[in-house]
Amino acid sequence: MRLLDFLKGERKKSASVAKERLQIIVAHQRGHRGQPDYMPMLEQELLEVIRRYVQVEQDAINISLDSDNDCSVLELNVTLPNRG
Amino acid sequence: MAKIIVVTSGKGGVGKTTSAAAIATGLALRGNKTVVIDFDVGLRNLDLIMGCERRVVYDLVNVIQGEAGLNQALIRDKRSENLHILPASQTRDKDALTLEGVEKVLGDLSEDFDYIICDSPAGIERGAQLAMYFADEAVVVTNPEVSSVRDSDRILGLLSSKSRRAEQNRDPVKEHLLITRYNPNRVDDGDMLNLEDIREILAIDLIGLIPESEAVLRASNQGVPVIHDDKSDAGQAYADTVSRLMGEDVPLRFHSAQKRGLIARMFGGGARR
Repeated sequence: MRLLDFLKGERKKSASVAKERLQIIVAHQRGHRGQPDYMPMLEQELLEVIRRYVQVEQDAINISLDSDNDCSVLELNVTLPNRG
Repeated sequence: MAKIIVVTSGKGGVGKTTSAAAIATGLALRGNKTVVIDFDVGLRNLDLIMGCERRVVYDLVNVIQGEAGLNQALIRDKRSENLHILPASQTRDKDALTLEGVEKVLGDLSEDFDYIICDSPAGIERGAQLAMYFADEAVVVTNPEVSSVRDSDRILGLLSSKSRRAEQNRDPVKEHLLITRYNPNRVDDGDMLNLEDIREILAIDLIGLIPESEAVLRASNQGVPVIHDDKSDAGQAYADTVSRLMGEDVPLRFHSAQKRGLIARMFGGGARR
């Protein structure tokens, strides 16, 4: 493999690609950790409502639930497209 | 009171049963009264790996449903007198396991044993959740491969939310990372995640590193847990893992590449024996 890499010119090692991809997906998973089971459904339905009025991308919505001691905050971030 | 340790992973085929068998055997060889329970109802395999498949009469589901007593279902290991096996049922469906039933079995076993090792089924469904629910510690078996690492992270999420310790706000389940099928030569070539990367991504302590080894298949062929093969690298790596589980400080082995000839390096390969 090394000889082959040398002949083809150095390319990015597959293990470091794996690491980068995992760091992103694991960070995403942890964001959802401990959330109620209805969150993905809620996110989907909110997105549908918003899309009735504004054309936004599937991934333009970001929803999170933060709990402190005695209150929970549902945070909803929607990136709207540029006008004009 | 026994210590309950679940061997889990999320992904299938990463070495849960191999590891559960090796760890349980190792704990027993070190003088601990140990029982290893197969939670994979419908797809039992621990009995094969432990080499007691022809001695299974009753199983976990029989005990839970009151059709047999614990003493009738427990199989005494041929090689170590401190070790017992509680097989899974091969015929019932997974719904046959109940939370109350599992709690009762673990409670009864707790009185007689030092360690209870729960061999979890793959997945995150009922069987896997029941296997981990009562655990004090968890050994998360992970291969150096993207889907295995991601699934391990999912399991860690469940351990921190769906275990009895989490639900009762007690000290959390102690989580340990066990990396299996590690090939240092491929790590050196940049084609396999290295152990530091995996540990960093999952953010838990490493309890052991098992190299990819021909001894593992040889052991399962024969129905003898690989830890009995104390000449093999995998057997020794599991023995180290058991020592660490018992609280000893043992240096990590088998993490660096063997010297290979030019031809081997050019064409890859180099599994350990």
